[in-house]
Amino acid sequence: MSLTFDDGTFIRNEMAPVLPPPKQRIGPIAWMRENLFSGIFNTVLTLLGILLVIWVVPPFVRFMFLDAVWTGENREACLGPQVGACWPFIEAKFGQLIYGFYPIAERWRVDIVFAAGALLLVPLLVPSFPFKRVGSLLFFVVYPVVAFVLLTGGNIDASAFLLERFGLIGPLVGDVQVAGINLAFWVDFALTALLFMAAIGGLIAVLGGNGRSAARTTLFVFLALGVVIFCWDVDVGLDYVETRQWGGLLVTLVIAVTGIVASLPLGILLALGRRSQMPVVRLLSVIFIEFWRGVPLITVLFFATYMLPLFLPQGTNPDALLRALVGVALFSAAYMAEVVRGGLQAISKGQYEGAMAVGLTWSQMMRLIILPQALTLVIPGIVNSFISLFKDTTLVLIVSIFDFLGQLRAAFTDPNWATPVTLYTGFAFAGVVYFFFCFGMSRYSLFVERRLNTSHRH
Amino acid sequence: MTDLAGPVGGHEKSSFINDPKVRSIGLQLIALIVVIFLGWSFAENARDNLAAQKIATGFGFLDNTAGFGINQTLIPYSETSTYGRAFVVGLLNTILVAVVGIFLATIIGFLVGIGRLSKNFMVRTISTVYVEVLRNLPPLFQILFWYLAVLSAMPGPRNSISLFGEVFISNRGIIIPRPLFGDGAGIVLWSIGFALLGSILFRHWAASRQEETGRRLPVLWVSLALFIGLPLAAMIATGFPISFETPVLKGFNFAGGIQVIPEFVALTVALATYTAAFIAENVRAGIQSVSHGQTEAAHSLGLRNGQTLRLVVIPQAMRVIIPPLTSQYLNLTKNSSLAVGIGYPDLVAVFAGTSLNQTGQAIEIIAITMGVYLLLSIITAIIMNAYNKRVALVER
Repeated sequence: MSLTFDDGTFIRNEMAPVLPPPKQRIGPIAWMRENLFSGIFNTVLTLLGILLVIWVVPPFVRFMFLDAVWTGENREACLGPQVGACWPFIEAKFGQLIYGFYPIAERWRVDIVFAAGALLLVPLLVPSFPFKRVGSLLFFVVYPVVAFVLLTGGNIDASAFLLERFGLIGPLVGDVQVAGINLAFWVDFALTALLFMAAIGGLIAVLGGNGRSAARTTLFVFLALGVVIFCWDVDVGLDYVETRQWGGLLVTLVIAVTGIVASLPLGILLALGRRSQMPVVRLLSVIFIEFWRGVPLITVLFFATYMLPLFLPQGTNPDALLRALVGVALFSAAYMAEVVRGGLQAISKGQYEGAMAVGLTWSQMMRLIILPQALTLVIPGIVNSFISLFKDTTLVLIVSIFDFLGQLRAAFTDPNWATPVTLYTGFAFAGVVYFFFCFGMSRYSLFVERRLNTSHRH
Repeated sequence: MTDLAGPVGGHEKSSFINDPKVRSIGLQLIALIVVIFLGWSFAENARDNLAAQKIATGFGFLDNTAGFGINQTLIPYSETSTYGRAFVVGLLNTILVAVVGIFLATIIGFLVGIGRLSKNFMVRTISTVYVEVLRNLPPLFQILFWYLAVLSAMPGPRNSISLFGEVFISNRGIIIPRPLFGDGAGIVLWSIGFALLGSILFRHWAASRQEETGRRLPVLWVSLALFIGLPLAAMIATGFPISFETPVLKGFNFAGGIQVIPEFVALTVALATYTAAFIAENVRAGIQSVSHGQTEAAHSLGLRNGQTLRLVVIPQAMRVIIPPLTSQYLNLTKNSSLAVGIGYPDLVAVFAGTSLNQTGQAIEIIAITMGVYLLLSIITAIIMNAYNKRVALVER
């Protein structure tokens, strides 16, 4: 609609309808022109890329699904000219890959540990789920104790704590066992606790501090320790399964979770030590961190396996898995410390000054102001450390602990399943499992990072 | 914060253990005592244990005959050689993997890293998939995959894959021609050294020339000409003293040529592709850290895309890339110890593996092995830090 005057002038009094952009600028064809074929060089690259995809993807899909064998009893099923993945092989070896040589009748215990772990972890990972404090307590404190009892069978040989080592308790109570519990040990433990409580409380009081509070803290520490030892000591009727029989994904997860749970607090302590103003503490932290970071994990595992037993008193022969765990935890703690240090360095001085200005003590300042910010900043780094720790668990294979990859390697040697595709099937399966864990962790870290990004950075 | 906690009022009950200074000294004393006690008890235990197990101590074992063979040696070595010699063989093998691996990883890493930022959808996607897959699989898994699934599945020497009839790839590894040096070959090798020296000098001269006149000289072409021309001239002058011995199939295996053992190929390829995924991410982060204004400015000056990338973006990105690149190089070197998983005779496999099992001298051998890696780490760190200092941005 428009107005037209006698002299031919023409005034539009409405907006003209918006025309769609030219065909060349929108739609799939324009997208392809822009993203795939903008110039000769790009076109060549695109064509090469398409060739690569055709070369890799269809054979992969055919191997994994279309040509794959899904049922069978032994190698006969997977022999043939055009056979893809041999999934019955994985099915037959599944128990071995997950549990190692854990006794078949006891595998329900591992299942419970897996299920409980997943059940406790999910509420922690979902941000909207309430009861975070209870959840963390359950996962980081209760769960490890229960998992230890379930996996090993508990009932550890607790016979002497401190005083009994000097033969002071034995004559007093005799050799009494109640439900697999050695009475002498607990009398020993209780007396030791009281002794320490009195000594520390008295010392602090003499020096002019709050002796009562110090004594109470000591008692509390002993009480917590006592509860943990009691859980391990009491005979719940489970068979003992030595760690040599553990294997497969179980060992992979045990090492990874222990490493993660141990390395984070240890790493934070080391990072604080490295930034401390006390020269001795700083120097010790620096030496510790740089030493573990400078050597490969394999030498650390060799160290834990061959050298550590020489350093311990005669007769103590720590478990092979435990030794590897110590090595992995120390190694990853050093890396974690550097990640956390990065976060600490990024906190501006004003935050420290502000915390001091409101009268917080050093530990309050760290706990309430500095660490929450620093750790949030370095979440990607922390998760990266977790991922590399998870990948590094494969190295225990070299000191003869058969983790997931080790069991896979062992499965390859079974003549019942010796076919040309066995190897590829095994690698495909293991690859998918490792990728699932590592990629999952990295995606989760991205999610958390985005969620916690409350700052106003650009 | 030292003087903040001094007594304020007359009725202050606070004791001297609440004084931060006293606490700090006390804490440090406790830490020192704990460490010294641990070290002392470790030493005591080690002495008792060694005596009980009748294990020899000291480094005298290095002069004993090793008595085991090694299937790849860069220096002459036989079963009658000493443990000390075996150590050197292992160390050289480690360094070989590290150098070749770092070289390959850097090239792949830069290509993939730039590919992840490409405007081309296909290139971008493939690069992303490469990074995500390779990064999220354990390196030992990848090494085993290359060794067991790829190289073992290669055809035997009889049906080996041949490249131009000179290089043969089979399940025995890769066989390449062996250079034979005749009379005057030394002159040719020297000429390569001169070419290197010449191109470095020319580069310097070209840089100062550009400072003075603003004109850029074709450094790349001149260097290339030097590297091809000088040795070629030397070859002609000395009558082609360097020839190549082509490997020939004899019976069940190849005769002549240099055999690259499959363990080496698997280890190097796996480490290089694995580390390249991380380098690619560092490169991407580095390029993204260069502000877009720099690209716009370069374009408005009339530089083409390639020139912008080469002359403006990458030099600035290098500042961000170098430090993490250093740690990736170190990681690759340390990861080369995974060789022990497939039996490549590196330092850990030869020394901390076989030698340790034979002599039982765990303390000395593991200390030496760890010491070597620490030393390698420190040397790399010093070199890279020096380079880093040279290229670092000078701010006010």
